[in-house]
Order: sequence, then C-alpha cells, then structure tokens
Amino acid sequence: MKTDIVLAGVGGQGILSVATILGVAALKEGLNIKQAEVHGMSQRGGDVQSNLRISSSPIHSDLIPAGKADLIVSLEPMEALRYLPTLSPEGWIVTSTAPFVNIPDYPDMEEIEKELSKGGNLIAFDMEEMAKEVASPRSSNMVLLGAASHFIEITSDKIEDAIRSVFSSKGEAIVEANIKAFRAGREKADSFITK
Amino acid sequence: MKITKLLLGDEAFALGAVNAGMSGAYGYPGTPSTEIMEFVQANPTAKERHIHSHWSSNEKTAYEEALGMSYAGKRSIVTMKHVGLNACADAFVNSGMTGANGGLLVAVADDPSMHSSQNEQDSRFYGEFAFIPVLEPSNQQEAYDMAEYGFKLSEKYEIPVIFRLVTRLSHSRATVNVETKALPENEIHFPSDGRRWVLMPGNSRVRYKELIKIYDKLEMASETSPYNVYTPGSDHSLGIIVSGIAANYLNEVFPDGCPFPTVKISQYPLPKVMIHGLAEECKELLVIEEGQPFIEKALRGILDSGKKIYGKLDGNLVRTGELNPDHILECLIKLRPELDSLRAGEIREACDITVARPPSLCKGCGHRDVFQALNDSLAGYKDARVFGDIGCYTLGYLAPFKALHTVLDMGASITMAKGASEAGVHPSVAVIGDSTFTHSGLSGLLDAVNEDSNILVIISDNLTTGMTGGQDSQGTGKIEDICLGLGVKQENLHTIDSLPKNHDEMVELFKNAIDHKGLSVVVSRRECIQTARRHGAHRGPKTTE
Repeated sequence: MKTDIVLAGVGGQGILSVATILGVAALKEGLNIKQAEVHGMSQRGGDVQSNLRISSSPIHSDLIPAGKADLIVSLEPMEALRYLPTLSPEGWIVTSTAPFVNIPDYPDMEEIEKELSKGGNLIAFDMEEMAKEVASPRSSNMVLLGAASHFIEITSDKIEDAIRSVFSSKGEAIVEANIKAFRAGREKADSFITK
Repeated sequence: MKITKLLLGDEAFALGAVNAGMSGAYGYPGTPSTEIMEFVQANPTAKERHIHSHWSSNEKTAYEEALGMSYAGKRSIVTMKHVGLNACADAFVNSGMTGANGGLLVAVADDPSMHSSQNEQDSRFYGEFAFIPVLEPSNQQEAYDMAEYGFKLSEKYEIPVIFRLVTRLSHSRATVNVETKALPENEIHFPSDGRRWVLMPGNSRVRYKELIKIYDKLEMASETSPYNVYTPGSDHSLGIIVSGIAANYLNEVFPDGCPFPTVKISQYPLPKVMIHGLAEECKELLVIEEGQPFIEKALRGILDSGKKIYGKLDGNLVRTGELNPDHILECLIKLRPELDSLRAGEIREACDITVARPPSLCKGCGHRDVFQALNDSLAGYKDARVFGDIGCYTLGYLAPFKALHTVLDMGASITMAKGASEAGVHPSVAVIGDSTFTHSGLSGLLDAVNEDSNILVIISDNLTTGMTGGQDSQGTGKIEDICLGLGVKQENLHTIDSLPKNHDEMVELFKNAIDHKGLSVVVSRRECIQTARRHGAHRGPKTTE
C-alpha cells in the first residue's frame, strides 16, 4: 500500500497532531513513513502544510511530486485549494468548510465552494461545528482525521489506539472527546462516499 | 539491539550523537536546528548521564563551550541555523587551526527557500574556507548513522566536522533504525600536541602547514567514505553528481533505478578521483545539490571549457529556493525529452482565487502593544526611523503595524539606530527582543552608553525565545540589571507591562524618551502568549517587576 497525503490548515489549528497520530499508527503497523512539516515563522497564523507519505515499500522523497497525492486533508477550505496541483486526478479532497479569516482579502465563500466542487472527489462539511456538537471545538482536527480515515489503509481501531496513546498524558476526558470527534467525522464522511 | 523510531532529521542526529557517547550539546535556538537540542534535553539517557544541554547566549559562546569540551577529550556537538555560523565564524574558522581532541560535530541547519531566515547561505562554503570537512546526510537514517561516523572522523583527523542539515531533512520525520544502548562517554584526556591550541603566530604558522596536509588526507577519506557512493548506469550520455537530500528526489524520479551513472556525495572535501571517474565514463554531467551551487562551481572553475556541465548556474535547475522531485524531473526532461513519460498523467491547475496568508503576531502578544504605542508616539514625526531585529517582532514590519524600516541580523537594531542617529536621523528607535538582546545586543548597547547616543532602545521582553517555539531566554529576570551594569542611567531606564490597558502610559513613556536628548531604554514586558498557555497561566499575563 501507498498513501500520499497533503495536510493543510492555518498555524495553530492542529494539523500537525493529525500527522503525529497517523505516524504513530503507521509505525505500529510496521509501515514506512515520511512526513515533512513546517516550523518557525509560518506557524504564527500563516498557512501551514505537511506532506505525509505512508507506504509498505521504502519512500524516497520527503515531498510529494505534483499530481501524485492521494488526499488533500484540510481544516480550512481555502487552504485545501492551495495544493490542487499536487492532487492526483483520482484523489480526494477532505476539508472543513469553516473559513479561518485572519486576512483582509479572504475570497468569497461561494467562490471557494464553487472551486472545491469543480469535478473530483470531495468530502466537505463544517468540522468545527461538528466538533462543537460532539466534543469540543478544539477537536475539529480529529473530525477531519475521522473523515479522511476511509482512504488510509490503517484500520480505524488502530488509528483510535494511536489517538489514545498521543493524548493519554492529557487525561481520559480529552482522549474520549477526541475519539468521539474521530468517530463522528468518520460516520459523516460515509454519506459522501456512498452518494 | 535495534528498534525502529519515527524521528525528525534533527532528532535522528541528536539521538545518534547521544548513542555515540556524546558528553555535551551546546547551541542557540534557530529554525530549523532547534529540535536537536530539545531532543537531547528530553532524552532519558542524556538525563541519566547528565549530558550538558543548556542553551547558550549565542552561537559563539556555544561554539567555544563545545570546543572546550572537545579540548578535554570528550565528544560534543554545537547546534545552530546557517546564519548562526556567521555569529560564531571567529571561533569556527580558528577551530580548524586548533583542531579538535574529543570528537566535535558542528550541526548547522541551512534553510534553502528561507522558510524562516533572512538568506540562503550554504554552509559547505564555510567548511572549505576553514579546511574543515563537511558531512551532508541525505536522509534521517544517515543523520542518525553519521553522528557516530562523524565523531570518529573528527577524532581520527583531530578536526571539527560540519554536520550540514537542510530544512527538509531537519523537519521531516521518517522511520529510523536505532540502537537501544549508548556507547560509553570518553574519559578526560588532553591533546597530545598542546602547541596548536595556543594560536600565537609562531604556533599558527606551523599548524597551518599541517592543516593543509590534513585536508589532503581528508580528501582521501572522502574517496573511500561509505557515504559517497558510485552507482553504475546503462546510459553513458549523462552522468549525475547528486548531494545530500537531493539524492532522494532523484530516486523518486527513477523509482526503478536511475539509467545514468551516479555519484552521490555526502562527505566533503569532494572526492576528486571518484568525480573524475564519472566524468571519464560519461559524455555530459548534471549536478544536483540542495542550496548554492557549491559542487558545480568547483567543477566548472573559471574557464568552464571542458565537459558540458548542467546545473543551477546555467539555469537548468532552479537557482533559488529548495529543490523538489518536480524540479529534477523537469530538468531531466529538458535535457532528455524522451523522459517525458515519467510525468504524472494529469496535473490540476493552481487555483487562482487563493490568496497569501502571511504569518502574524498572535492575539494577546505583547509585541502588538509595543508597536501600537510606538506608531502612535511617532505619528507626529515625518522622518522617524525604527530599526528592527530578529524574532517574532520582525512581523511588526507587516500590516497592520508596518512599524519597522530595517531588519538585518541578530542585534543590529541598536547599532544601526545609533549609526543613523549620528547621521542626523531623529527619532531613531531600536526594537529588540530579550533573547536577541542577550545574544548580540549587549556590546551595541555599551557603544550607545559610551557615546550617550540619541536613540530610544525598546527591549520587548516576552521572557522567552519565542519564534523558535519558546526556549529559555538567557536574560530572563536580568534585563534591567544588565542595562544598568552596562552603564545605562537609572533615570533613563524605564519598565512597563505591555498590556492594552497601559497603552496611553506607554505612548507617553516613548514620547518622553524620544524627547530626552541622549540614550533611553524602555523594557516593555509581557510573557509570550504561547509559553503562558503552556505554563497554564490562565489568570492573565505574568509580569515581573
């Protein structure tokens, strides 16, 4: 198996936690992983992305070549659009539709929705809203992970184990909130896939 | 016994160094090198062995501390970002002359594409300049393995070794096979030749001749290095010389093996015999390297009249920014159009409605209050100039503040403001953070004290080294004492908490300081919102008197 994922969002949204959890799960499965991430200046409210590659055979490049990504996984709709040239024609975009507006020239939401729905496979819903409903607003990244988990060849049990081990130091309540958010995201995505 | 771990390139190197019996890590935080030291600080073996891992005031003090440990016969590393090597260049270049005793690795993380830096300088040039060998791992496993290899190389030739990392290796995680046990540390033992450690002209002249001979030996070591690898290929129309992380991108382009003969370089000085061999076998050459065209320049020389060489200097590869697999594929297609079949089927067009999302100061950051108050206090002056420095507050250059006119290097705010004031600029204001102030601002402030320069120095103290993620700041709790100790007069030294409720008071303070003819220092203080969150300071910002 081989899954190439572009993770996207805004600094501080929790994109790197998604990468960490998938990394822990993949390592346990004995898979190869490469995950390039961004630290430093851009973490201060700027756009943040991470290239995550998981494969049963050796991985060469830390960066995903153009047109080869299987997934764009984003916590922010405009940030999902930023990486379109990386996505393969059969690839999926999994994104929250909740905009993070911290710039004056943020584009019109209608236009963003139009661009997102322009052909291709799409799972898009308000993950912040869902996180608020089932757990807490801070776990929208786990809703995202749940929605994207359909396309990653690691069973959801194994991913949940990884969530437990990553959040275990923060207490049982936080672990359960994140698992709940993960499951809700996974279930919601079902309706898009079977459509 | 070996186990598999998921590690950043920085962490893989750090663990490799700990497992190779390192006794001390020294450094100053700088993206993308910071995680090396942070890993050592959290590592159980390092804790158990009391391996030194406290941050230093700057790269020069760190370098000399590491060299002191090497002098005593123990293995040490010093970590920094590429521009940090400028800050310790005096110590670095002269350490080629003294040489090392215990293994000394100089871990320098270059930042091509300038993700979080002010230039793209390539540390390999420094190595050649100082007659110091360079190791350049191409992946996380090599970053781990080459730590022990590097210590041995350093001890065999009694010379420090540059360990060159780049952003994409430093900040990319991969599975790495690592030893579960660490080698024992070296015992204290002093250098056999004590003379070269005293760089007086008489000793230095003797040592310099020796050093040149050692560099020749290091070149021979590069020829047989397990990390400089020749791979044969069937198509001799082109030979490829590829270094460091770029080797991964080349392998990505040719997953089933590269058809062209290849030499992969991870150890310098360059292995001349190996490169000659490739050149004799192949009609043309392509050089692929992350950073500036170091190998390519060495091959071309000035006359460039020999074999056809492709690379960055002739525009076949991008000259600026970091490489990626796409750059290498496009370059190869330009040179060999038949390789077009390697391209991915369909590439989607970039979406034209996305806009840039530049970084900004956090909500609740005290630097914001400083810039707001400073802008308000300078509103009446047409020719006011504000000299900035390196840190989160560099973002004060951007909207909504647009408060800074210059940013050069660590500490330049105070000295540039001083020079400008001597040219007649008024008001001339310096804005510097606490960690940058203790890194390189102290001597500049002493200059300003000695001449009672007509400038306002604002030390925006957030009690941490913020931009790199909140490491200890060496001046915390001591800033005012340091200023007084340097000779700033008590009546010209002011402290204020940078909080929105103090806005008017801060404007007044800045205005009065500007009106004062001579040096004024204002310490504006508020704990970094990121570290405050981590410390669980829920009841509002922590301030100190």
